[in-house]
Amino acid sequence: MTREDIIKPENLVYKRTPVLTDATMHYCPGCGHGVVHRIIAEVIEEMGIQDNVIGISPVGCSVLAYNYFDVDFVEAAHGRAPACASAIKRLRPETFVFSYQGDGDLASIGCAEVVHACNRGENITMIFINNGIYGMTGGQMAPTTLEGMETVTCPYGRDPKIMGHTMRLTEMLAQLPGTYYVTRQAVYTPAAARKCKKAIRQAFENQKLNKGVSFVEVTSNCNSGWKMTPVQANKWMEENTLKYFPLGDMKVDGKFDPKFIERVGTFDQPNETIFSLRKK
Amino acid sequence: MAFKGALVIDTEKCKGCAVCITGCPQDPKCIGLSKKVNAKGYNYLEMVNEEACIGCASCAVICPDGVIEVYRAKC
Ligand SMILES: Cc1ncc(C[n+]2csc(CCOP(=O)(O)OP(=O)(O)O)c2C)c(N)n1
Ligand code: SF4
Ligand code: SF4
Ligand code: SF4
Ligand SMILES: [Mg+2]
Repeated sequence: MTREDIIKPENLVYKRTPVLTDATMHYCPGCGHGVVHRIIAEVIEEMGIQDNVIGISPVGCSVLAYNYFDVDFVEAAHGRAPACASAIKRLRPETFVFSYQGDGDLASIGCAEVVHACNRGENITMIFINNGIYGMTGGQMAPTTLEGMETVTCPYGRDPKIMGHTMRLTEMLAQLPGTYYVTRQAVYTPAAARKCKKAIRQAFENQKLNKGVSFVEVTSNCNSGWKMTPVQANKWMEENTLKYFPLGDMKVDGKFDPKFIERVGTFDQPNETIFSLRKK
Repeated sequence: MAFKGALVIDTEKCKGCAVCITGCPQDPKCIGLSKKVNAKGYNYLEMVNEEACIGCASCAVICPDGVIEVYRAKC
């Protein structure tokens, strides 16, 4: 069989979705933001909602997300995407509304907005890209930075005694009655990316039920901020980040899964695991 | 049933991150980075072991830039 025999329309199994614009994304090579954009766009295409969806982009590397999706978009002030999304959904309840935020944006400056939007049980989809760092501004420590991990603002590694503990905000949000679906996914392997797509599809479908927030954390990489190659960064994430931020569903159909909390440990005791993440 | 696959790679949009190569299940891998570079200066993706491709699309689903198109035929 020659290449020409195979490359025919009837044999097509995967093609870039037209819900993404033709613009080349400005993200660094191998950045997880690109994979998640692609997955969201594919879900919008498959659900046939391209004309009835509004996205809210954050401040952070994904500030320009609106250039890459061929759907309506609003750009929110730093951390305020959940507040914008709440207002838009209340005014246009028939529209699918999603916010897209990084961990600096969502867990740091926008911590109040996300907590209150989840507590109010807004009927929206929230996508949270946790790469453990402020990527856009040059790699400063975020609330999600792992213990011992080096960043430009904690060059000797994060010390929880003076810099606080690594924050698992998603586990906290899962315990609020206003959240209906809460999950943590990743996109570093084909299997993980396929699972993540199912979760994001679910999170969009849930808006039809009007039962509260559907929240998808995607544990991601920042190879520039972590000062690694893209392939090294994904491997490092698997070996380190995923130990503290385990993947899986925390809350499905409004029911909190206590087994998930057993897996991560309780919140009153700081996690005992001290990572030795120094590269040297 | 056996399948045979083929890729169409948008080499000008590829950023040479190599993430897709880690996703290819074949050994040796069907895809690798070219020694040549595109207009942006990235060593772009190319097929290095075309015969072994089964058209599983594992490479395409983790490409951040959506530059891989996948075809699969029964054989
Ligand atoms: C009010 C305000 N404060 C601070 C900044 C600077 N700033 C821009 S992006 C950013 C953090 C982004 O980090 P994150 O949300 O994790 O996104 P990433 O780039 O990692 O995807 C900060 C602090 C700003 N633009 N506006
Ligand atoms: S700085 Fe980090 S988060 Fe931003 S585009 Fe580059 S790899 Fe992605
Ligand atoms: S389609 Fe599958 S077998 Fe072919 S190059 Fe991609 S990952 Fe490898
Ligand atoms: S994942 Fe995409 S951008 Fe990266 S090397 Fe492969 S084809 Fe190129
Ligand atoms: Mg970040």
